[in-house]
Amino acid sequence: MLEIKNLHASIEDKKILKGINLEVNAGEVHAIMGPNGSGKSTLASVIAGKEEFDIKKGTISLDGEDLEELAPEERAHKGIFLSFQYPVEIPGVTVTNFIKTAINESRKARGLEDMPANQMLKLIREKSELLEIDRKFLSRSLNEGFSGGEKKRNEIFQMAMMEPKLAILDETDSGLDIDALRIVANGVNKLRGKDNAIIVITHYQRLLDYIVPDFVHVLHDGKIVKSGTKELALELEEKGYDWIKQEATV
Amino acid sequence: MDLKDKLLSSFLAFENNVDLENPVHEIRSEAIKNFEEKGFPSKKEEAWKYTSLNSLQKVDFSIFPKQENTLEYKDIKKYFLHEIDTYKIVFVDGVYSSYLSETTHDGVDVCLMSSAFTKPMFRQVIDVYFNQVASKDESLTTLNTAFCKEGAYIYIPKNKMPKKPIQILHLATGNEAALMLQPRNLVVVEENAEVQIIERHQSLTENEVFTNSVTEIFAAKDANVDYYKVQNDANTASLVDNTYISQKDNSVVRVHTFSFGGKLIRNNLNFYQNGERIDSTLKGVTILGEKQHVDHHTLVHHAQPNCESHQDYKGIFGEKSTGVFNGKIIVDKIAQKTNAFQQNNNILISDKATINTKPQLEIFADDVKCSHGCTIGQLDDEALFYLRSRGIPKKEATALMMYAFANNVLESVRIPEVKTRINKIIANKLGVRVGFEL
Repeated sequence: MLEIKNLHASIEDKKILKGINLEVNAGEVHAIMGPNGSGKSTLASVIAGKEEFDIKKGTISLDGEDLEELAPEERAHKGIFLSFQYPVEIPGVTVTNFIKTAINESRKARGLEDMPANQMLKLIREKSELLEIDRKFLSRSLNEGFSGGEKKRNEIFQMAMMEPKLAILDETDSGLDIDALRIVANGVNKLRGKDNAIIVITHYQRLLDYIVPDFVHVLHDGKIVKSGTKELALELEEKGYDWIKQEATV
Repeated sequence: MDLKDKLLSSFLAFENNVDLENPVHEIRSEAIKNFEEKGFPSKKEEAWKYTSLNSLQKVDFSIFPKQENTLEYKDIKKYFLHEIDTYKIVFVDGVYSSYLSETTHDGVDVCLMSSAFTKPMFRQVIDVYFNQVASKDESLTTLNTAFCKEGAYIYIPKNKMPKKPIQILHLATGNEAALMLQPRNLVVVEENAEVQIIERHQSLTENEVFTNSVTEIFAAKDANVDYYKVQNDANTASLVDNTYISQKDNSVVRVHTFSFGGKLIRNNLNFYQNGERIDSTLKGVTILGEKQHVDHHTLVHHAQPNCESHQDYKGIFGEKSTGVFNGKIIVDKIAQKTNAFQQNNNILISDKATINTKPQLEIFADDVKCSHGCTIGQLDDEALFYLRSRGIPKKEATALMMYAFANNVLESVRIPEVKTRINKIIANKLGVRVGFEL
């Protein structure tokens, strides 16, 4: 589904990604781990199309179609969803209105009519229950005054509403207590299916107890230096990142 | 003949049509002397550094419109806040239109300055309040005072509140090639009384209009006043709005100024706090494009202890538009425990747009809380990326962000229909339709 080949990306001439190769197939969950500053969030942003990053070399494709020339909204219309590490506050626009706009813009791009209001309402009810989100929460301004946990839960709510082909969760576990983590993971797991894929970016093994990955990759200094199965995450938890860094320099 | 000379010679003709024995005429005569001496303000004056009236002075404006015009309500309905029932005071080319208006004397007076100036029953109020807070040396204010004859007169007695909000609408038909209007309004809200007023100036054609308006507002003890100014006029219409507000103990006055259109707008908004525990609120949303120009000059004079003022102006400037914000706060030595807040945030969405913003604080008391801040920026790229990553196209995402930026100014709007109307104008102005009503 997602194919990244020899990807080099920089921001203001600072090289951040230095040759990433990654293949994610439908039905798979990939975890990307690594120390701070290794390029995890950059990789997520580059896949989603953030324009501040320059792609110097390499390709990213989704189902065989090159993404590099596509705007962030076009990538979203093709089914890519990025759950932000720091979701942005939009005062005056309610969660409900925001998600309606997002869904209908994607439908418009696919040549579909707006989703009928009753269907939208039903979907909102269903997905908010899944994420144990209070109805009152939905009429609040997007992310304004939300706690860290509320912001993350709201991100996963949006993901559940948009049913993306490829979901990228950037540090979704940061700032979550154990109950919120369980709820968020449950929401993510509901999306898992044979037709879509998930990339989980995390610093810690903790989230991976709930969202069990098929593959784990370790990013260091802009490159994937080690790949393995879920056992690799446990090993990292136990031994830290230093041995990986050493192995990489050797 | 330039505009000043024309106005001075017109004053003689004006005197033929008013009662020279009326005490108001003494005030007019004094005022015209001041204007004759000072003339129009020039860019050499600090307060007019960024706003030039030069081009307006070259236009051959008609000072007295020749005829009363009749307009059909259906043709101008959209300029009214017609979603709710209101009293209406409507002027067409400066002349009162009884056909389009709905005034009242039922417990409160919602009527005309021309009546107030001439009828004995209003004499006492005129004697006590008229021209008491308006400046006697600011040249444009005195020019208006010299020619004062018509406008809205609103008197709310003690403990009263009109049954509905009041709309003041000034329409220009374009029957004159170029028209100068000088409405004069007086709003007196007595002890524990309340009023809500919506004011709009609208030119119906491309013919040039220059309005020099003066409004005096008196809020007595415990009075509550909401004043909404909707400035969304044609690109050939210019407005100098001089508003003077005098507040007594415990009164609350909120003025919201929504500036979306017009060729040149200058708002001189002056609050004078003459009592304790007064609350003054000044809020504004300005969204400009083309070569539009809006200049907000605010003054809050804290003259007594324990009072508050809240200023929040947001501006979005596109194309070649220019904006000015100059916010002056004076805190007298005796005005201890003053809380004065001022905020002016601006977004420039074009390389050719300009904003000049300047806080001006003169604080003579030592136990006060005064804060001010002004920002000039572009839209936040991270936020824009967030919205686009959800599938919202750049243009709509930009509009949503601008809406969000201006939105908190609307929170203090207390008439829901005004808020809805302003939201619609903002959506139109930004040129997008998002999937829900903003």
